[in-house]
Order: sequence, then C-alpha cells, then structure tokens
Amino acid sequence: MTEKIDKLMEYLQFPAVRYAIIVGLLISLCSSLLGVTLVMKRFSFIGDGLSHVAFGAMAIATVLNVTDNMLIIMPVTVVSAVLLLRTGQNTRIKGDAAVAMISVGALALGYLLMNLAPKNGRTSANLSADVCSTLFGSTSILTLSQKDVITCVVMSAIVVAVFFFFYTKIFAVTFDESFAKATGIRSDLYNLLIAVVIAVIIVFAMNFVGSLLISALIIFPALSAMRVFKSFRSVIVCSVIISLFCASMGLLLAILEGTPVGSTIVAADIAVFFIFSIISMVARRGEK
Amino acid sequence: MSTLLKCEDVSLGYEGSVVTKGLNFTVESGDYLFILGENGSGKSTLIKALLGLKPQLSGEINFVGEVKKNEIGYLPQQTMVQRDFPASVKEIVQSGCVNRCGIRPFYNKEEKKLAKDMMERLEITHLANRCYRELSGGQQQRVLLARALCAARKMILLDEPVTGLDPKASNEMYELIDGLNKKDNITVIMVSHDMNAAVKYAEHILHIGGKQKFFGTKEDYLNSKIGKAFLSVMGGEDDD
Ligand SMILES: Nc1ncnc2c1ncn2[C@@H]1O[C@H](COP(=O)(O)OP(=O)(O)O)[C@@H](O)[C@H]1O
Ligand SMILES: [Mg+2]
Repeated sequence: MTEKIDKLMEYLQFPAVRYAIIVGLLISLCSSLLGVTLVMKRFSFIGDGLSHVAFGAMAIATVLNVTDNMLIIMPVTVVSAVLLLRTGQNTRIKGDAAVAMISVGALALGYLLMNLAPKNGRTSANLSADVCSTLFGSTSILTLSQKDVITCVVMSAIVVAVFFFFYTKIFAVTFDESFAKATGIRSDLYNLLIAVVIAVIIVFAMNFVGSLLISALIIFPALSAMRVFKSFRSVIVCSVIISLFCASMGLLLAILEGTPVGSTIVAADIAVFFIFSIISMVARRGEK
Repeated sequence: MSTLLKCEDVSLGYEGSVVTKGLNFTVESGDYLFILGENGSGKSTLIKALLGLKPQLSGEINFVGEVKKNEIGYLPQQTMVQRDFPASVKEIVQSGCVNRCGIRPFYNKEEKKLAKDMMERLEITHLANRCYRELSGGQQQRVLLARALCAARKMILLDEPVTGLDPKASNEMYELIDGLNKKDNITVIMVSHDMNAAVKYAEHILHIGGKQKFFGTKEDYLNSKIGKAFLSVMGGEDDD
C-alpha cells in the first residue's frame, strides 16, 4: 500500500499528471450537472448523437490538417446540437430514427475520412490507434498542455455559471415544459441553451474519455442519484459528488495501473450505479 | 370591466381534421367563464390554444387587455410529468413563481412565502419535502393547483381541476377558486363537467361541440334550450 502511495506521490510531481487530474475532475463536474435534465427530457439521444458527430468533425479536422481542431469541432457540434434538437422533437418524421441515422452516419464517414486522409508517414497501426483513442479516449492523457488546462478551467467556469444562473428555469422546463411555456417561460430558448451546453461539454470531454464514453459520464451519475434521492436539488448535488468521486477513483487507478482513463472512470460509475440500485431496493423493502 | 381576451371565428383541430369551429367569445377582466362540452369536444385543445401552446387552424385569438403571458396560471388536465421524476412538492410549487423572476436566477423572499402560503391554502404543507411521484392522484392535483396559483397574477386557466378529488375536496377547491375570483380579482377560465359548480359559480358559459353551441351569461344559458338539455343530461339541479 505505502508503495502505491509513494508511487502516486512521485507521479504527482509531474505537471502532466496534475493537469490530467484537474481536467478530469472539471469535466466530470460539468457533465454531471445536466445529467438529470438529459435523462428526464429524453435528450440522451442528443448526447449520444453529438458524440458521434464530434467524432466525425474530428476526422474532418484531421483530414484538413488544421492546427487547432477545436475551430472545426466546436462549431460543427454546436450546430448539430441545434439540428438534433429540432429533429428529435419532431414526432412526425420519426425523430429518433433520424437522430440514429445522423449519428451512425457521422461515425461511418468519420472513419472513412480518417482512412482516406493523407498518410503523412502514418502506418495503419497508427491509424487504428488514432481512431481508438478518439472513440475510447487516449490510453494516456498525459499529453495535456498548460493551454488545454486553462481552456478547460474557463469552459467549466462558464458551464457552472450558466447552470446556476438558469437553475430555476432549467427545473421548470425539465419538469413540465408546457406549463413553463404557458406561463411565459421561453422554453425553446432554454432547450437550445441546454443542447448547446451539452455540445460544449461533449467536445471538451472527447479528448478525455473518448466520444463513445461521454454519454456514460453524463448519464450514469444522474441515474444513480435518482435511485436514492427524491428532490431535484438533492439529485443534482448527489450526481456531482458521485461523478467527482468516480473520476478520482478512475484517475488514480488509471495512473497507478496504466488502464485507459475513460473506461476506468465509466467502470467506477457503473459500480456506483449498482451500489445505489441495491441501496434503493433495500430502502424500499424497509418501507414496507 | 375591460375586455382581456377576444376570440374571433376560431377553429381548432389536429393535422387538418377540425375538432371545433366558429368560436366567438370574449373574456372580461374579473370574469368567471365555464367551458362546457362533452368528452372530446375540444375543451382542452381550446385551453391550449388560448395559452399559445397550440396554434389555431384559423381565426384570431388576441389578448387585448393588460394581461401579460407571465401573469397567467395554468392547471393542465394531464401533465406530461414522467413517473420517476425526482422533484419535491416544494420545488414544484415554487416553480410556479418562475415567471415572476425575470432575469433573476433564484426565488426571492416574497416568492418563497407565496409558495408557502399556497401550500397552506391547499393543505399540502406537510407534504412539502415529499417526492411528487410518491403522492396519490388527489395530492398531486393539489400540488399542481398550488403551482398554478403561484403563477396566476391576473388570470388562471383550469382544465378539469377537480379530477381525482373527493367531493369535499372538490367543494373546497371551487370555493378557493371563487375566492381568488372575487377577492383577488383574478379572471378564471375553467373547464369542468360539474354542472352544479357551473350553476353556482360561473358568470359566463361557453358550450362547445363540433362548433360553438352557446356563449353568454349563466342566466341566459339556463333559460336556453341547449342549457336545459345539458342540465338534465348531466343531472344538474334537483327540480329538473
Ligand atoms: N395531440 C393530439 N393529436 C391528435 N388529435 C388530438 C390530440 N389531442 C386531442 N386530439 C383530438 O382532439 C379532440 C378533442 O380533444 P380534447 O380537446 O382533449 O377534448 P376534451 O378536453 O373536450 O375532452 C379529440 O377527438 C381528440 O381525439
Ligand atoms: Mg380535456
């Protein structure tokens, strides 16, 4: 045990390790805030669809060889968020099928593009490593620069501020959209806001846990918290705590054992989900 | 009294099929309008159209008076709330105040007090921290009514508010709404099947079917052919 702690202390000397921890915790914090809203509004499909779109955008950015990927990925994903929201809510044209089409399409085209991209001396092994890390997160996240960390801190501050500032409205729109609308709340605007914030979180989380695992980061803490807690506020507070806890555990394990960060964190989230499910079952038995 | 709401030749429906048409009526400030009609006659659809939740097929719905959208309360007939939504009674009732906040992010003291008063009025104070999804149908109805009352500053629209309530609670509910109308001068538009309540409380009555069948004062309605017929079907007054 002490050996492990020594090892950890040693690792913490490296700025790269500290950066990874800061970024990991911030991303987990942001992604857990909107989890309940996403689940209750049946917006999970947007989270899922967007992560695929972000992958496609990343592929385009790679092909075009732009220096700053974000310049392409961010606008493409935000615009897609708006479009997905429109189609997803349209029951007439089977919104969910349209969304599935867009997201799988983006995935396929993204992979195709990455294969067609000028090789620049890359081997096919390199390529599949690239693809794998965009989908599942890099095996090592120790490549973050100071600039990445600053961007992430700023982004998180904005997301948290937006969430607090619009908390009561987000509750109203999530709980009962038609009442909110009837009494003068501009629910379309807030739906849009929610979708855009989700898009921003997804883009930032993609480098960290990979595009396929982002939805898990957003949804699992909320689902766990909803098993046990019964008010909106307590569920959100609990989601944040779960998310931060799982991220810390996942990061520690990943650093010490060299496991891939994204999937280790998601594994921790799954474990917590099962524990909370058992707690809620026991609590229900107890009531009877 | 000044006119608040004007409907001119409105027709309503879904995707081309007309549910009801030829609606012409006005609502005055301080009015108490009962909307009557059989199941499926389009009462809920009309309420939604008045609130701007659903566009009308043709005609004009205009708020001509000084009522702003964020001064209106609404009790839906069915709420789309999902069964497992985590929300406490207090959070839901307070959310009725959200239209008073404007740009302010959190509720102020008065709004919290208002929510508390409404919970007291509806006798749900003891449920404040309970989870909405674990309440009985009648309790849920009271929670939603308390929320609607928080939102209503000038006008309230109620779609079958006494569904799921026992007779005693229904009476209390009607008295409460009447009090709002008379004491607080809040304009009431109510959908209900309860003829007794209509006879007792309404000022004006709108009866709809495939088209508008009647609009006028309660007294005129009770003397009209359709009024008498509906009254006898719905088992209204004893001397019938
Ligand atoms: N979302 C909808 N889509 C299509 N038709 C609807 C919808 N909602 C209601 N209707 C139809 O409109 C008619 C009027 O419904 P509604 O306004 O709920 O009646 P009421 O409230 O008077 O019982 C019904 O025939 C119903 O089938
Ligand atoms: Mg109805």
